[in-house]
Amino acid sequence: DKEIKRLEEKANAIRKTIIKTLEEAKSGHSAGPLGLTDIFTALYFHILRHDPKNPAWPERDRLIVSNGHVCPVLYVAMAYAGYFPLGELKTLRKINSRLQGHPHRSSLPGLETTSGPLGSGLSQSIGMALAAKLDKKKYRVYTILSDGEHEEGNTWEGIMFAGKNKLNNLTTIIDRNNIQIDGFTEDIMPLEPFKQKYESFGWHVLEIDGHNFEQIVDAVNEAQAIYEKPTAIIAHTIPGKGVDFMERNYLWHGKPPTKEEARIALRELRTLGGKIKSEHE
Amino acid sequence: MIVKPAFLSKNIYDADIEERPTRDGYGEGLVSAGEENPNVVVLCADLTESTRVEAFAKKFPERSFEVGVAEQNMATIAAGLGVSGKIPFISSYATFSPGRNWEQIRTTISYNDSNVKIAGHHAGVSTGPDGATHQAIEDIATMRLMANMKVIVPCDAVEAKKATQAAAKIWGPVYLRFAREKSAVITTAETPFVVGKAEVFYETAKPKVLIVACGPLVYNALLAARELEKEKIGAIVLNSHTIKPLDEKKIISLAKKCGAVVTVEEHQVVGGLGGAVAETLAKHFPAPMEFVGMQNVFGESGNPKELIEKYGMGVKDIKKAAKKAVERRWG
Repeated sequence: DKEIKRLEEKANAIRKTIIKTLEEAKSGHSAGPLGLTDIFTALYFHILRHDPKNPAWPERDRLIVSNGHVCPVLYVAMAYAGYFPLGELKTLRKINSRLQGHPHRSSLPGLETTSGPLGSGLSQSIGMALAAKLDKKKYRVYTILSDGEHEEGNTWEGIMFAGKNKLNNLTTIIDRNNIQIDGFTEDIMPLEPFKQKYESFGWHVLEIDGHNFEQIVDAVNEAQAIYEKPTAIIAHTIPGKGVDFMERNYLWHGKPPTKEEARIALRELRTLGGKIKSEHE
Repeated sequence: MIVKPAFLSKNIYDADIEERPTRDGYGEGLVSAGEENPNVVVLCADLTESTRVEAFAKKFPERSFEVGVAEQNMATIAAGLGVSGKIPFISSYATFSPGRNWEQIRTTISYNDSNVKIAGHHAGVSTGPDGATHQAIEDIATMRLMANMKVIVPCDAVEAKKATQAAAKIWGPVYLRFAREKSAVITTAETPFVVGKAEVFYETAKPKVLIVACGPLVYNALLAARELEKEKIGAIVLNSHTIKPLDEKKIISLAKKCGAVVTVEEHQVVGGLGGAVAETLAKHFPAPMEFVGMQNVFGESGNPKELIEKYGMGVKDIKKAAKKAVERRWG
């Protein structure tokens, strides 16, 4: 309980910094990063075996962010974890910055890949998982995928391959927030029955509340205990989570808050405190 | 005449010169590279036999991955392997890889600086009866314009083996281009091969035209140069196996020596070897140029040698281009 409280407080701090960072950048994505904040917080501050002071540590767990447009939450979580100074966040999307608008691996130590163009992250994770097996290394590979990028054929090619090859060192966490740029996923291109699709490709599938730390951590622990299959964790999230006027509104997919909007959002997040979990219906 | 330091095959002008496809050299090169370095891994998209991956797959089954007919998946899995200490070679027909998976190669291999080697097979119209869908004639261009990518087009099976072994030793993304059809084995084990260094294969006194060629058409260029010499038109034939980084220094100095240039490639005349040479000469020594290759058309089904003739890449076409370039020559 104490650990969960610590994570909830960390997540709230990260959400506030995301708002400030986006306001400063004057472009970028709001809804996805806020919706994924609890998952990134759980990963960077509880789940991942990593060393921010030695980002190239060969035994580190790999975190691949396939939906690169959510990088504000990635950068902010990395900064809080100690990969680089918090002050550098204000360079996001600006010239000569290590914080590219979509992540570029060689620009920033600690990034495992370059992403943005959707649908290619899962297969890159597969490459890393295969390398771990060839080298008999114990590190695990975690992949963050968006729901929308399951419209890309490359994603399903990867799902087939990982299922066939029983890549049990691979765990994906799918941000099931139901929105994409043009609208709701089920209007654009229905994914349901999502869980059954994964299961029929030979995956172990868990469905969780993506804002509940206990469920996030339990699901990852369960994935580690599955020996014969890769695991997909479908995390139901609320896009824009924590900021009332952004929540569930797909219009917030790809834009940053203005100064005034940021002020309102920050005030809301300050009063939210550690209420994220209980507030979720 | 053939220059001695090139150590070309002694029976190069014999009718019964040995013929083997360059893809055979790829297969042999993979096995050697795999023996030399345990990190070499090979991925194939349902074309194990025809891309000559079979021998490697049999010898190193644990380092060989069949991804099925999924070239985008092959490129992205390789991207993950290539940033995890492995040296993946991905193999398919060039129209599919790097054709279909071009964006994955751009983002996850080239921009991502992943140590992946891309082997594009069945390049050129000499792919033959399969028809234009399977004849890659744009791949040099689409790979050459990518930052951080090297492009190598071996001229025969022996050079193809050397190129494959060399690619495994170079850090970073490399595109290797191979042909389906048998072609003359013109080089030997002694022929120098250094990535980025073009080699003069043929040179006469007082040359009037530089013929820069790549791939199996280097042989046609050598045949053309001999006939031109008999007609008192001196030529230099340069084997430019590496198209990126181009051996600019040598091309500029030889262009100055000759005063006119012809490029020869089994590829569109824009964006490939001809484009690369023209860009270089435009900056340093804008000599008159002629371009032998595909003239903004697609190929078709047919016998490989007939297709090479029909689409203007035969010996007589190279001669014609050389004469035209000489006519336009400066001074």
